Amino acid sequence: MTTTGQLGDPPAPGAPALELRDLSVTFRTEGGIVSAVDRVSLDLAPGEIVGMVGESGCGKSVTAMSIAGLLPESARISGSIRLQGTELVGARDSVLRRVRGKEIAYIFQEPMSSLNPVLTVGRQITEVLQVHERMSRRAARARAVELLTLVGIPSPATRVDNYPHQLSGGMRQRVMIAMAVACGPKVLVADEPTTALDVTVQAGILQVLRDLRDRLGTSILIITHDLGVIADVADRVVVMYAGRVVERAQVTDLFAHPHHRYTAGLLSASPTPGVHAGTQRLQEIPGLVPVLSTQPDACTFADRCPAADARCRDAAPPLDAVAAATDHLAACWHPCPIPRTQPEEASA
Amino acid sequence: MTPQPNALELDDLVMHFGPVRAVDGVSLRIPRGRVTALVGESGSGKSTVGRCVVRLVEPTAGTVRIAGTDVTHLTRRQLRRHRSDVSIVFQDPAGSLDPRMLVGDIVAEPLRLSGRRLSGRDRQARVAAELGRVGLRAEVARRYPHELSGGQRQRVSIARALISEPNLLIADEPTSALDVSVQASVLNLLADLQRDIGFACLFITHDLSAVEYLADDIAVMYLGQLVEQGSREQIFTRPAHPYTQALLAAAPLADPVRQRQRQPVLLGDDLPSALDPPSGCRFRTRCPLAFDRCASETPAQVEYGGGMAACHLVQPDGTRPDVRAADSSEVLS
Repeated sequence: MTTTGQLGDPPAPGAPALELRDLSVTFRTEGGIVSAVDRVSLDLAPGEIVGMVGESGCGKSVTAMSIAGLLPESARISGSIRLQGTELVGARDSVLRRVRGKEIAYIFQEPMSSLNPVLTVGRQITEVLQVHERMSRRAARARAVELLTLVGIPSPATRVDNYPHQLSGGMRQRVMIAMAVACGPKVLVADEPTTALDVTVQAGILQVLRDLRDRLGTSILIITHDLGVIADVADRVVVMYAGRVVERAQVTDLFAHPHHRYTAGLLSASPTPGVHAGTQRLQEIPGLVPVLSTQPDACTFADRCPAADARCRDAAPPLDAVAAATDHLAACWHPCPIPRTQPEEASA
Repeated sequence: MTPQPNALELDDLVMHFGPVRAVDGVSLRIPRGRVTALVGESGSGKSTVGRCVVRLVEPTAGTVRIAGTDVTHLTRRQLRRHRSDVSIVFQDPAGSLDPRMLVGDIVAEPLRLSGRRLSGRDRQARVAAELGRVGLRAEVARRYPHELSGGQRQRVSIARALISEPNLLIADEPTSALDVSVQASVLNLLADLQRDIGFACLFITHDLSAVEYLADDIAVMYLGQLVEQGSREQIFTRPAHPYTQALLAAAPLADPVRQRQRQPVLLGDDLPSALDPPSGCRFRTRCPLAFDRCASETPAQVEYGGGMAACHLVQPDGTRPDVRAADSSEVLS
């Protein structure tokens, strides 16, 4: 476990913007220890959008909170989180302060509770710029108007003097994004950024995230339970279940050929276009996500899995490539069979 | 014999909360045994319609008829006789089940309120049967809501809603607070029960995929008014109103290949306020196709292909606008 807290060497070209290695998080609760995240490893390449998906209790938000350094006192974290070579786990506050908001930024689900209601949105954006960029008030204000334009807020020069309550939910989330990207962070962590919004507003917010990546090269980790959002914006997908990564793949591979039974279950549980109750039942996943005090040496999905056998309960399946020379990984002893009719290359 | 009345008839329903015009003239019919989805985004007034139907609030104007009976202005005492005709299931089962009551008492509550005398044993049997019908074991009756999972709690609220054998079920976002896998089981359950029991259902939701799965007919609401109505097939394959089209285009498909081929329709974020709705067509401030007439004249409800759309660009002959071609203002025919 590396806990140097020093700025590392400048990252090599092509090196990941964000690197998680064996990240584990446990909480002390009244009911004993709860293991929330178990040995999660993940790379975020420069300019890449990675989607993290799973149901509540799968550890996706705790992963986001650990990256943000926002875990409560009761949490114990181990493993490594490297941001462009800088270790964040166990880093000194001075290092975190320098990095947060400048190199890495966060947006959360509820824009109203993350904005200060008694300050204008302009003041909240300029604060970041004055702290991190040491900009003058006037320059910061000009930059704030630019940022509001960037995130698609109409008449930004007047909106900059609005208070949060004068804005709609979608506008507030756009302001949150403007604040988050004010200092040009390399990495943006977006935890359910559109969950509280209507679909017509969501579409605009997702467009803003895509624009940021295209124009500024920002790497984005987007955490969501919505497979439609993943299908829309993610380049790669990480599926989490009970604290572990159970599958990782390019977005088209994952949706076309899910290997882990949990991924397959999630995909077929939501209604697909053209399907009606009169003709087809939705596929259910029986049971619940377990709350674990220790991570067993077994597949944690076994109790809900249609394909589970003794082996699944005796040994945890490793997260391995599903075939040679592929970046599609799955942690399953009995992966879903690949459909035989494949229009692309025939995998031997 | 006269034909059986509709399970629900709303005529020009209006519900104002002070200056807030939450519902502003909604007319809707649900025939017996049909599932009608009321779709809209937050603030559209769809939940308020549901609350008017079960008379949690008394409408400002218009009428609510349940199975032929006008219940719009009945007093609490008069309403009691009609309580068993209609039930409601809410979004958040944790908030709509009394945490201090045993599940068995929660489910039996409508029987107690109906005033029918039942022996303790009969009551218990009814509760057990009802729990069985929603896929819960009879022992659950002796548990408290907090001992159950979110999906189980929603099953309890469905059992409570159905024990009085209502002809009409109002389901207000019944799956929105649940995870995908649990949503699937609750949607399956609602579909099974509706088919087996045959109650009519007003399914209030913003989730279009659930709508397509469960509904026979669809009504689309925007800022207190209906903008389009039609069969499931018509709304999903030939939506006429620009708002319906935008809503369908904005809901992302869980299929990256198809999703990325779609042409996005981006509306502004600024939902007008129900305090001061726009003149003319209420959608015009966000509509990519709006023109002068939309501000000056309220669009009439045009009968269209068995449904209705309230838009100046929709004609009874099947001419309808296409928001995806907003730049060229092309009109489909």
